[in-house]
Amino acid sequence: MIPIESAHIDGCLYHGQVSLDFAERLLGWGGKVAVPTTLNVSSLDRMTPSNVKLEKLDWEAAKRLMDAYETLGCKPTWTCAPYQLDARPRFGQHIGWAESNAIVFANSVLGARTNRYGDFIDICAAIAGCVPETGLHLSENRFASWLFRISVEKERWLVPELLYPLTGYLIGSQCGFAIPAIDGLPTGATEDDLKALGATAASSGSVAMFHAIGVTPEASSIDEAFSGRAPKQVVVLDDAAFQDAYTRLNTLREGDTITAVSLGTPHFSLSEFEKLLPLLHGKRRHASVEFFVSTSRSLIQQLKQTESARTLVNFGATVVVDTCTYITPILRQGRNEGAVMTNSGKWAHYAPANLGVHVALGSLQECVESAIQGKVCRC
Amino acid sequence: MLIPTRILVPGECHGDCVFVEPFSFWGGFDPTTGCISEPSHPSFGLCLSDLILIMVSGRGSSSSSSVLAEGIRRGTAPRAIITRELDTILVIGSMVAGGLYGSCCPVRCVDASHWSSVICAKRLTLLFDTMIAINDDPT
Repeated sequence: MIPIESAHIDGCLYHGQVSLDFAERLLGWGGKVAVPTTLNVSSLDRMTPSNVKLEKLDWEAAKRLMDAYETLGCKPTWTCAPYQLDARPRFGQHIGWAESNAIVFANSVLGARTNRYGDFIDICAAIAGCVPETGLHLSENRFASWLFRISVEKERWLVPELLYPLTGYLIGSQCGFAIPAIDGLPTGATEDDLKALGATAASSGSVAMFHAIGVTPEASSIDEAFSGRAPKQVVVLDDAAFQDAYTRLNTLREGDTITAVSLGTPHFSLSEFEKLLPLLHGKRRHASVEFFVSTSRSLIQQLKQTESARTLVNFGATVVVDTCTYITPILRQGRNEGAVMTNSGKWAHYAPANLGVHVALGSLQECVESAIQGKVCRC
Repeated sequence: MLIPTRILVPGECHGDCVFVEPFSFWGGFDPTTGCISEPSHPSFGLCLSDLILIMVSGRGSSSSSSVLAEGIRRGTAPRAIITRELDTILVIGSMVAGGLYGSCCPVRCVDASHWSSVICAKRLTLLFDTMIAINDDPT
């Protein structure tokens, strides 16, 4: 076993009686976390409870589960992007994280070390304060085996808000559990860009770590990413591949009426708010379009100290915290009625099954313009 | 035909089996019905209850442990799961349901060299030792 510096718990989202039975069994045994432990999203927005339209029994169960994890000693962070909190893992630190997008971000972008832990084992790791010394905790298992080369001619695919989620979708759906390396991403890729890539790759596939050559910390060169070995598989991502991913993540066409826009999957960062706010300034959404931004309670408290809150309110935006729009009833339209635009590849991938809605994936600017027009707009 | 397996969650059973493309139990499986719920999945709508599920691995969400465990609690989960890759998220989900409820969804891994035989099987028996038996009628 190997000690861990922190844990991040995904099991705090209510999935049925089993969620409660497990957490309360640990409580009954006197369980307490041994390391700093953050909590993933829950089913409730405890800052604006009316955002969530859960049945009373589910509401009570979700709240009981949240209370149980707090009593186990976890911090009530309620965010799927713990890497956006002040205290985040450093390069080389061993951690025990769940939540697929947080796992891939921690390994790939921060260079911290976690396996793909899931519900139940996450809190066990937090209580034990250690994990088995296997998998991605060991240097020799962190090298890439698949090489993806981006080779596109259409400028449209190089727009960051399409490039990163679509690249993520493509690598995730092809490489399974393997560690992919991506050659051809701009060296100026931001943390938000890499967050979008990783979250989509961990949804369409099981990617726990990726390397972006010249961008991520364990891949200054192809040689470093592959430890000097030849790739087992080389895949070229061309215009046709990007078009295919784009088609799969868009079930709506340009001009189709939309009922909502959802941003912030994974939770919106401060820099994403800084990009969004100027687009909203002095404008208002269409009366029949709901406009959601999901983020963490810690981040929204920073925003409240600025003019930003007023801009969001004036636009008609609803800020959702502690949870997300695709895991609990938030959208007004029920199954088979909603048509939602998002800038998140992860949201576009999961929402059709979770909510029964049609989706359009677009840039931040397209999402805002579509919310104003009430239909899918392409810029 | 007998094939050796690695037992991840012990248990014996016998039944019809189905080979499907990887899906995420969270966001891809409805534990209230036992059906694959991801609209873009090739086996969308297929009910997995009482079938032995064969897939390379799970994928996607780390919440899949919970959704599988909830499916086992409700009796909608597959009868057993056979994968080629070790998917600890599914293994943990099955172990927790076993620990809490005593309900069993055996999980086994098959080596890549035997995979092509397993995915063509129509009926399987998970034997008490490490073996599985393919029970297809001779054609």
